[in-house]
Amino acid sequence: MKRLSRTKKRILLLYCIAAVLMLGATLSGLLLGSVRLSPKELFDAAFGGGRENSAARIFWYVRFPRVAAALLCGGALALSGAVIQGVLANRLASPSIVGVNSGAGLAVTLCAAFGVLGGWRLSACAFLGAFLAVLIISLGAQKWGASRGTVILMGVALNALFGAISDSVTVFFPDLAILRNDFKIGDFSAVTYPKLIPAAAVILVASLLLLLLSGKLDVLTLGEEQARSLGMNTGVMRVIFLILSALLAGAAVSVAGLLSFVGLLVPHAVRRTAGGNSHLLPLSLLFGAGFVALCDALSRFLFAPYEIPVGILMAFLGAPFFLFILIKGKGGEKLHD
Amino acid sequence: MIDLQKISVAYGRNFVLQDLSVAFERGRVTSIVGRNGCGKSTLVKTMAGILSPAEGVIKLDGVSIEALGRNKRAQRIAYLAQARSEPDLTVGELVLHGRYPYLSPLGRYTQTDREIANAAMAEMGIEALAERPLSSLSGGMRQKAYIAMALAQDTDYILLDEPATYLDISNQLELMQILRRLADKGKGIVTVTHDLPMAFGFSDAIAVLDKGEIALCDTPEAVSGSKLLESVFGVSLTLLAPSGQYGYHF
Repeated sequence: MKRLSRTKKRILLLYCIAAVLMLGATLSGLLLGSVRLSPKELFDAAFGGGRENSAARIFWYVRFPRVAAALLCGGALALSGAVIQGVLANRLASPSIVGVNSGAGLAVTLCAAFGVLGGWRLSACAFLGAFLAVLIISLGAQKWGASRGTVILMGVALNALFGAISDSVTVFFPDLAILRNDFKIGDFSAVTYPKLIPAAAVILVASLLLLLLSGKLDVLTLGEEQARSLGMNTGVMRVIFLILSALLAGAAVSVAGLLSFVGLLVPHAVRRTAGGNSHLLPLSLLFGAGFVALCDALSRFLFAPYEIPVGILMAFLGAPFFLFILIKGKGGEKLHD
Repeated sequence: MIDLQKISVAYGRNFVLQDLSVAFERGRVTSIVGRNGCGKSTLVKTMAGILSPAEGVIKLDGVSIEALGRNKRAQRIAYLAQARSEPDLTVGELVLHGRYPYLSPLGRYTQTDREIANAAMAEMGIEALAERPLSSLSGGMRQKAYIAMALAQDTDYILLDEPATYLDISNQLELMQILRRLADKGKGIVTVTHDLPMAFGFSDAIAVLDKGEIALCDTPEAVSGSKLLESVFGVSLTLLAPSGQYGYHF
């Protein structure tokens, strides 16, 4: 039998760690909370068929949608971040930094103002908001020749603009103020099936397509000229990847709000541990899912009976990591080019 | 033969190449030289299909490359860009992407593609680096990886835009020897370079580009004897006997 090389062993180990992380986060999320469930209660609730007792109700109406949302949104944002970084050839880009999340956030806020709190219309609007932002950033990077540093600054401007418009909407619709506050931080406590199901469908389909197309993204990351010389229609491929990444970010934001740093932190961590290879997308997806689900479980467990929004916990972890990348300068890019 | 007939290429309204005609043959190393901004890179990008000529036609063995389509063109002409990003790929993955022009839209690389990529790495002597991240390689090794990718592309022609940039002198010499070897095996090598002694030492033909036109395309001896370089660069190039190498005089 052929022996595995060191690189392949490391990749295999990372897949195993990601699987353990996801499993651990899922079990923690399902078992822990203000009411603790025993493994037997969890098993009976999941596979017993009935939904009448309190354990089953907690499982089906609170814990399961919440954990599923955390896994799906975490994976979606991390995958979206890895794709956006590849398409823009900018490792400091991520859905939250370049304004994609806040574009989706503006759309969700507008939907809420008009009474749309779930369903396909919400997912579609979130996608449009995310796509608008990704289109502006992409035009900046490709057509107007903005440098990598300028693209980040464009993201800052878009975040400010979309945030300001969203806040203005809450002035005219004061009932949105509390909702908007939770939304800005990012949270899974208010996940409902009408919100989750359309977003889950979008995330699963877009993720599958991106994994199938990951080889083409690798070719695109060789650079515009190199990819075109290999026969790729780079314009079409770029638009396909941006649409899919906007679908992911939009769907995640419509469920979880403005979760920051997942799309930046996870692809960077994967890149550093896995080395440069084509496993970036699948590993980002798995680690993103596990990381956000674990943070969500911790956010309920660490300060019980109080629950802190998961976005706060992730910002505590993500912000120092982002600073570390900037100061260390080994994110692969310099900001001043 | 890549035959450029009365090519004009513009960025917006600014014509960089005008009415340019030149031909590049297989089995030869041709170096394109000229002052900064004279259109050398534009010329090879146009041949690679990255830029479209505003006027004129480019024929590949008698067939217009526009009529060939993207994939067929990429199966005949490989191009190595000067400016490159640093993709998250191993050397083996990079070289395998040289087979991209042969993929169907949703196809995956086959065992044959992998064997061709492995053979390309072996030819460049980098098979032991197959699983190393590209980012961990030195400039010289990275250049070899990209040339292996071009070899895996299995084309008749390889176009290189300033391939020796950032390489030390020993890596420059090794690169030129590799290109010489590939030409001897029948590939048409066209390289843009600023290194005149290297170009004159290793090339079968020198194409001097000046003001968007080919001022002369001939053997190194003929170009050297024409004194054209003095008017283009303001330097003279002399064959240093008995080494047979060229040197500058300023």
